[in-house]
Amino acid sequence: MILIMLTISLILFLLFEGDKYNVAAKVLGPYSTVGQRDLWLEQNGYNQPLWWRYLSWIWRFLHGDFGTSIMFNTPVAKLLGEHLGNTAILAGCVFSLTVIVALTLGVFSGIAEGSLRDRAVTVLSVLTTSVPEFASATILVAIFVYWLNWLPGSSSFSNGIDPIELVLPVAVLVIYNFGYYTRMTRASMAEVMTSQYVRTAILKGLPFRRVVIRHALRNALIAPFTVMVLQLNYLLSGVIVVEVFFAYKGFGKLLYEAATFGDIYTVEACTMVAVFVAVLSQFISDVGYTLLNPRIRFS
Amino acid sequence: MSELTTSPTAGTAAKPRRAGRFSRLLSSISLLRESPIGMIGAVLVLFWVTLAVLAPVLPLFDPLAQSPGFLLKPILTPAKGGGTHWLGTDELGRDVLSRLIWGSRLVLVWATLATVVAYAVGMVMGVVAGYRGGWWDEIISFFGNVLLSFPLMVLYIVIISRFGPASEFGQYLSHDLGLDPVLTAGVIIILAVTFGTAPQVARIVRGLVLDLKTRDYIAAAEVRGETPWYIMMVELLPNARGPLIVDSCLRLGYVTITIALLGYLSLGLPPPFPDWGKMISGAQKFGSFGMNAMLWPAFAISSLVLGLNLLADGIREISLRD
Amino acid sequence: MPDNTVSLDQPVLECRNLSVSYYTRAGEVPAVVDFNLTVMPGEAVGIVGESGCGKSTVALAIMQYMGKNGGITGGQILFNGRDMTTMSEEELRSIRGSRIAMVYQEPMASLNPSMKIKEQLMEVPMVHEGIAAAAAWKRAVEMLDAVRVPDPERIMNSYPHQLSGGQQQRAVIAMALLSNPQLLLLDEPTTALDVTVEAGVVELIKDISKRFGTSMIYISHNLGLILETCHKIAVMYSGQAVEFGSVGQVFDHMRHPYTRGLFNSIPLPGTDRHARPLVPIRGQLPLPYERPPGCTFGPRCDHFVAGRCNRPPIPMEAVIDDPGHAVRCVRYREIDWSQKPIGAIEQQAITFGEPVLEVRNMKKYYEIRDTSLAGMLSGKGSRFVKANEKLDFDAREAETVAIVGESGCGKSTFAKVLMGLEESTGGEVLLHGKEIGHLPVRKRSPQLIGSLQMVFQNPFETLNPSHSVGSQIARVLKKYGVTHSRGEVQERVFELLDMVKLPRAFAFRKPRQLSGGQKQRIGIARAFGGDAAVVVADEPVSALDVSVQAAVTGLLTDIQRQKRTTLIFISHDLSVVRYLADRVVVMYLGRIMEQGTTDQIFSPPYHPYTEALLSAVPIADTSVRKKHIVLKGELPSPMNPPSGCPFQTRCPRKIGAICETELPPVKELEPGHKIMCHLPDDVLRAMEPVIAFGTSKERAA
Repeated sequence: MILIMLTISLILFLLFEGDKYNVAAKVLGPYSTVGQRDLWLEQNGYNQPLWWRYLSWIWRFLHGDFGTSIMFNTPVAKLLGEHLGNTAILAGCVFSLTVIVALTLGVFSGIAEGSLRDRAVTVLSVLTTSVPEFASATILVAIFVYWLNWLPGSSSFSNGIDPIELVLPVAVLVIYNFGYYTRMTRASMAEVMTSQYVRTAILKGLPFRRVVIRHALRNALIAPFTVMVLQLNYLLSGVIVVEVFFAYKGFGKLLYEAATFGDIYTVEACTMVAVFVAVLSQFISDVGYTLLNPRIRFS
Repeated sequence: MSELTTSPTAGTAAKPRRAGRFSRLLSSISLLRESPIGMIGAVLVLFWVTLAVLAPVLPLFDPLAQSPGFLLKPILTPAKGGGTHWLGTDELGRDVLSRLIWGSRLVLVWATLATVVAYAVGMVMGVVAGYRGGWWDEIISFFGNVLLSFPLMVLYIVIISRFGPASEFGQYLSHDLGLDPVLTAGVIIILAVTFGTAPQVARIVRGLVLDLKTRDYIAAAEVRGETPWYIMMVELLPNARGPLIVDSCLRLGYVTITIALLGYLSLGLPPPFPDWGKMISGAQKFGSFGMNAMLWPAFAISSLVLGLNLLADGIREISLRD
Repeated sequence: MPDNTVSLDQPVLECRNLSVSYYTRAGEVPAVVDFNLTVMPGEAVGIVGESGCGKSTVALAIMQYMGKNGGITGGQILFNGRDMTTMSEEELRSIRGSRIAMVYQEPMASLNPSMKIKEQLMEVPMVHEGIAAAAAWKRAVEMLDAVRVPDPERIMNSYPHQLSGGQQQRAVIAMALLSNPQLLLLDEPTTALDVTVEAGVVELIKDISKRFGTSMIYISHNLGLILETCHKIAVMYSGQAVEFGSVGQVFDHMRHPYTRGLFNSIPLPGTDRHARPLVPIRGQLPLPYERPPGCTFGPRCDHFVAGRCNRPPIPMEAVIDDPGHAVRCVRYREIDWSQKPIGAIEQQAITFGEPVLEVRNMKKYYEIRDTSLAGMLSGKGSRFVKANEKLDFDAREAETVAIVGESGCGKSTFAKVLMGLEESTGGEVLLHGKEIGHLPVRKRSPQLIGSLQMVFQNPFETLNPSHSVGSQIARVLKKYGVTHSRGEVQERVFELLDMVKLPRAFAFRKPRQLSGGQKQRIGIARAFGGDAAVVVADEPVSALDVSVQAAVTGLLTDIQRQKRTTLIFISHDLSVVRYLADRVVVMYLGRIMEQGTTDQIFSPPYHPYTEALLSAVPIADTSVRKKHIVLKGELPSPMNPPSGCPFQTRCPRKIGAICETELPPVKELEPGHKIMCHLPDDVLRAMEPVIAFGTSKERAA
C-alpha cells in the first residue's frame, strides 16, 4: 500500500515536474521570457538534481505543504480543505444511501432468484446503470428544475450549505451507482442460496428466516462488502462529473478546473488526495474481507 | 462400441460435416433469439450502428452548418431553407438530429477502437500474469494496482491534461506527425482509456486463467513441450472467451460513456465535431432554453449504453444455460 | 425427547410408484420413473447405480427438496404411513432434520464456512426441540464423542475449514443424528475421502443402526460399500429400479442382466486382465430424454429380444421362489444365469523385456518460502517439503507398474518429474539408460517427448473444449515429430481413432459432444500418438463409471500388448491395481513403504500400511472375508511429516520408540519384494492374509 502510494507520487512528480522548464512556463504563463523562467527556476530551487527535488517535494507533501495555487494564488492546502469538506458531505450521503438501497434490493431479489420481483429489480438496475451521470442529471434537471420547479438547478452553496441543493447531485449519483451494487449483492445472494450448505440448513428443518439470516446473509455479504468499498474509487469519478454539472464547490470541480487551467500544484495535490482515498479504501476492503471471512482469518 | 468402428471411407465421408465459421457464427447469433432481453439490446445497438453507417446517405442537414439567429429552437421547427429541424436546433443554430446521428459515428468508432486496444493490452497482461505467475505476476499486478488506485476520472484528467492536444505530446502528434485534430484527440483518448481499462481487463483475465490453468489439458500441453506463448494464446484464451465476450460488451458501454463524458468536460474530441457529451455541455449554459438540445444527446447515449448492457445480459443468460 | 414409538412391522418409509421429473429448456425430463422402496425400522437399504441413474434424485425427493425445476409427477412417499407429498411446508420442516436427516457427498461444501461447528450442531435440537443452549451444547459434545471425533470440545469451537475431511464428515453425521432421526439418508458419504479415512467412516455408519436403531438409505456407486453397510439393495438404471432384494439375493443370485453386467465389469479378487478379463457393458447410458421404449437396458443387453423387451410396460416382478427379490426383466426366467459372460476373451500374459525406466534414489524437494515479515526476521525464511524421498524402482518393457497411495503421498509429484514439468532434487531417473530427471520438457527432443507421455485423470478436463478432437490429436503428432505433412497427419489421426475404437468422424467433433469414456479414449490416443515407450496413466479410470472403466482398462491393456509399452499406473484404487498391475509400489508421505510383484503385495508379509489399505478397500463379493483394520487419526500433512517412520502416527503394529526416532530399514524379504519397516522378519512373515475367500456361492460368471 505504501509502495503503491510512493510509486504513484513518483509517477506524478515525473509527469508534472520532471521537466522543470515546463513548470516555469505553467507558473509564469506562456508570455514569460526565457530569462524570467530561468530566474524563477533558480529562485525556487529547481536547479537541484531531480532525486533531491523529488525528496524535498515528498517531504513538503507529508507536512501538508502543497505549494501555492497558480489559479487562485492561495495555498493549495487551504483550497483543498474547503473543497474536500463539501465533497465528503456529498460522497457520504451518496455512499450510505446507495449501500442501503442496494443491499435491500439485492438481498430480496437474490433470495427468490427468477421470480417476478427478481426480474423487476434486475431490469431496473440495468436501466439505471445505463444512464451516465450527466445524462440522468440532464433529465432530472429538466423534470424537477424547469418543469416542476421543485429544486434548484445548481448547487454552488452560495448561501452556505443548503440540504435542498444536495438533493439532485445525490440522487444522480445514487441512481447511477446503486444498480451495480444491487446486481453484485443479488448475484452473491443467489449463489449462496443455491449452495450446498444452505441446502444443509434447509434440510435440517430450520425456519426459512433463520436459514436466510443466520446461514446465508453473512456469507452472501462478504463479496458485496468488498466490492462496495473498492467502488469508492468509481464513486469519486462520478463525483467529479456531478460537481462540474451542478457547479458544486467540491474537490472534483477543483481538480477539473485546475487541470484545464494548468495549475499543476493543485492537480498534484488533488490527485494525491484522491489516490490516497482510493488506496485507503482498498486497504479497508482487504482488512474487512479478512475479518468477515474466517477461512482467511485462520489460515 | 465395436459397432461404431468404421472403415476409412466413413471418415472421409464425414469431412463435409465440419461446419464453416460463418454458419457457426450465424447459429450463435440466432441463439440470441432465446433471450428477449438480449434481443432488445441487440436491436438498440443495431439501431445506432445502422444510423451511424447510413449517416452520409440520409437526408440530413450539414451537422456543422450554423444558422445564426435560429438558435435553440424546439422540435419540429421548419428550417429556414426548407425542410424541418425534427429535433430542433442547438446553441449555434445547428440541426440536432443531424448532429446526433453524425455524433453516433464518432462515438461508436472511437469507443470500439479504444475498447479493442484496451482489451488487447489487458488480455496479454492478464494471461501472462495468470499463467506465468511468479515475478511476472507480481510486476504486472503491481502495475495494474497502481493504475487502479486512481479514480478513473482523475486518471483521465491527469493523462489528458498532461498529454492532451495542448501538451507537447499532443503538439508532437498534430504538428510533427501531421495528424488532424480529431485523430490526435482520438489517439490520446485511446491512450487514456487503455490506461484506465486494461488493468481491469487484466484482472478479470488473470482470474479466469488462474482457474483454467489447473485443467488437465493445460498439463497435457505442457507435457508435450508447448511454448508458454502457445499455451497462453491457443490453449487458455479461447476458453476464457465466454465471460470475456460478456465483459467486453459491458466494457464497450463504459468506454462509450467515458468518451461522451470527456466530451462533456471538453477533454474529448475537439469542436466543432458533433460529440454527444459536448452537445450537452454546449447547451447547458443556456439553462431552460437549452433543455431541448441537451435532452436528445442524453437519451441517445443512454439508449446506446442500455443496448450494450442488455446485450451483455442476454449473452450471459444464454451462455449460463448450456 | 420426541416420540419414538413406532410399530416394528410398519415401514418407516415407503416409496410407491414414485416418479420425479425435471423441467428444462428441452422439456420435461423424467429423472426417476415408477420407483418402489420399503424401509423397515432399523433396516439399511442401499441404492446403487451409475451416474445419472436417478439415485440422488430419490434422496432429494424423499426430503422434498427438488429445487424450482424439479417436481414429483406421480406416486407417493409414505413416512410412517403419511404421504409426504401432501404435507404442508411447516410439517415438512418439522420432519426434516429431526425425523429424517441427510448426510452429503462433500462435507466441506455442506458445512457453512462462516459458522463454527458448535453453532451448526446446537441449532438442530434448539430449533426442533426448543431446548436451551447449555443442554444443546451437552448433546452436541456427546454426539461428537459418539461419532468418534477426537477432542469434541475443540472441534465445537472450530470452523469447518480447520477440520480434515474425515472430521468434517463425522461432524455432518453428528449433526444428522442429533435429533435422533428415524431415517438417515446418506448420499455417497465417503466418495470425497481417502481410502483409509473412508474405512473409518464406513465403520461408523455400520454402527449407527445398531446403536441408534436408525433406518438408513445408503446411496452409492460402489457395490462393495453397499455390501459392507446394507441389508437390502436396489439397483437403479436410467431412472428405474431394475432389481431389488436382500444383499445376498442380489449379490449371489442376481436376476437382471444389468446387475450382472455391473458385477462383471468390476475388478473383484480373482479377475485377471489376461486370463479372466473384465467384461464391459457395451454401448452407453441413454440420455434421459432418449430412453428406448420398454426395457431401458434393452439396447445394451445380450439377451434383448425385439418385440418383447421393447414393448412397454416392463413391470417390476417378484422372482419366483425367492421372496423379497424383485426384478424388472421380462426374460429373467429364460436366461441361463450360470453361463459365462459373452465377450470375455482370454489372452496370453504379456512377457516383459529389459528395464526401460530406472529410478535411483530420486528426490524431489519443494522450497516453501515464508514471505511474512516474522519469517524473514527469524531467518527461517524457507524450509523444504520432501515430496519424494529416495524413490528407487524399475519398470520393464511392456510391464505395468502401479504407484499406489493416498492424497499427499507424492505420486503426482513423481509423475511431474518424469514428464519434465519439475526437476528432481537428487538421484537419477533413467529412460533407456539416459538421465531425464534434470531435463525440463522444453529441452527434450520431440522423440523423447513422444516416447514419454501421459494419460490424465479427469476426462472432462483432459481435452481442450475450444478445439476439435482431430486437431488436438494432430497437434500432438506434430509436436512429437511424427509427421508434418497434412495428409499424413490426417491419416495418422484416423488410425489413432481406429486404435481406440472410436469412429473416424469423431475427429471433427468438439469435446463436449463426447461422453466421459470417449474423451478418455481420445486422451489415450493422444498419449500413444508418438512411439510411446513409457505412458504414465494418472488415475485414468477413477472418474468413470464402472461399466466404462472396464472398457477403458481393456483398451489400455490391448494397446500395451500390441505396442509393448511400459505403463506407470498411478492410483489409489487397489482393486483396479490388483487387476491391472504387474508390480506395485506403495507410497506414503513421499516414501516407498513397500514394493513387489502384485502377488507379493496382495499376500503376506505386508507392510502395516499396505495391510491397512487392503483392509480398507470395500470388495463387492459376499464370499470374501476381510480382516478388519481401521487406522486411527488422519493423514498427516506432507508439509509436516512425523519423525522416524512416516507411518508411525497411525500404525497399528507400532513396536515402540524406535518407530518414532529412526527411519526403518528397507528389507528385501523375497527377490524384488521390499518392505520398509522396523518389524522383525519373523513377525512380518507370520502375518495372516487380509483377504480370504469363504464359501463361494454362485459367483458372477
